[in-house]
Amino acid sequence: ESIDQTRIYPTSKCVVADINPNMLAVGKQRAIDNKFHDRIQWIEANAEELPFHDEQFDMYTIAFGIRNCTHIDRVVSEAYRILKKGGRFLCLEFSQVNNTLLRYFYDQYSKTFIPPMGQIIANDWKSYQYLIESIRVFPKQNEFVELISSCKFRYVNYENLSFGIAAIHSGYKL
Amino acid sequence: MDRLYTTHKPTNLVQKSILAVGSGIASILDPSRDDMISIFGETTGVLALKYLQERMIIDPEGDEILKKRPAINSKTVDLNYLKTLPAGTLGKEYSDFLVKYNLTPDARRPVSFIDDVELAYIMRRYREIHDLTHVTLGMPINMLGEVTVKWFEGIQYGLPMCVLGAFFGPLRLGPRHTAKYLYLTLPWVVRIARQSRPLINVYFEKHWHKPLAEFRRELNILEPPPKI
Repeated sequence: ESIDQTRIYPTSKCVVADINPNMLAVGKQRAIDNKFHDRIQWIEANAEELPFHDEQFDMYTIAFGIRNCTHIDRVVSEAYRILKKGGRFLCLEFSQVNNTLLRYFYDQYSKTFIPPMGQIIANDWKSYQYLIESIRVFPKQNEFVELISSCKFRYVNYENLSFGIAAIHSGYKL
Repeated sequence: MDRLYTTHKPTNLVQKSILAVGSGIASILDPSRDDMISIFGETTGVLALKYLQERMIIDPEGDEILKKRPAINSKTVDLNYLKTLPAGTLGKEYSDFLVKYNLTPDARRPVSFIDDVELAYIMRRYREIHDLTHVTLGMPINMLGEVTVKWFEGIQYGLPMCVLGAFFGPLRLGPRHTAKYLYLTLPWVVRIARQSRPLINVYFEKHWHKPLAEFRRELNILEPPPKI
């Protein structure tokens, strides 16, 4: 009996949710191009009010999305509600640069260069102005830890990426 | 700096430099990107706009324009009325021009990067009368017509965007147009640009009914050279 005969196809599935149907359409196309569309369910939903029953998922991930939500606390609460016991919450988002000097240069670079470059390359000053403002307004690493903990997650932690330009926050429902 | 007008995007010197250089390069690489040409004009034109402001204040009609700040768009100009005017009048010729080239007076981009309300208005006025300048000079929308209008605007207003367009535009003319340009159009446009009233001072909206020939005489503009 060869190894190949003992191999199986995984059946685990994933739900992709986004409030914007255009984003979902792009995702669907990529899934088809990469041939794993049969393991994904696509749902148009508001992260602050998810259409799922309680305790349906083992894992909840959100990448560069939570910054754009109006009520971050509600998003995290919803994540808690739909996770099973033992489930994990993971969030990748822009955060605060941890080195003071670097932070100064990063801020100057963002404010001075990003909107004009957005204007020249994409003819869209406003979206890039929004980008740098939403980064500035988003809670720092520890503030976000407090927010996640206040939504009943335990063992909440974070990992900095690129000196804190971005961070991955994690919490468990126990 | 706070927003001084609705479409204002305040910028510091470094940002203006980035925009000026970037839009300059983008305009040359892709002249159809009118947003880049607009931005280049705004980031390099402040000195010229100040000069224009002085010229407008000392001219009674120009001063009235500065005080009233009229806009030229489909809401403020009754295009249907212009169509009914007799042939050969400024209004009728303008209406025909818009129809012939399928243009609308609403196509002008809003001003964003000028940090003074009155200078921003002057820039806006300059853009809104561009088509009327074409009609007053009798210049079509082709490359030769555009270059000619740019020469006129460059000499009268001193805006770097017009001057650069006037110098580099002709490089893209074909041989037949180049010959016509050198011998006929250029000498004429340089002469009338210097001797006529600055068009930025003209309250066009008050002259719709006037025959174009009479309108040109009043401004001291010679009739354009014949079409080949």
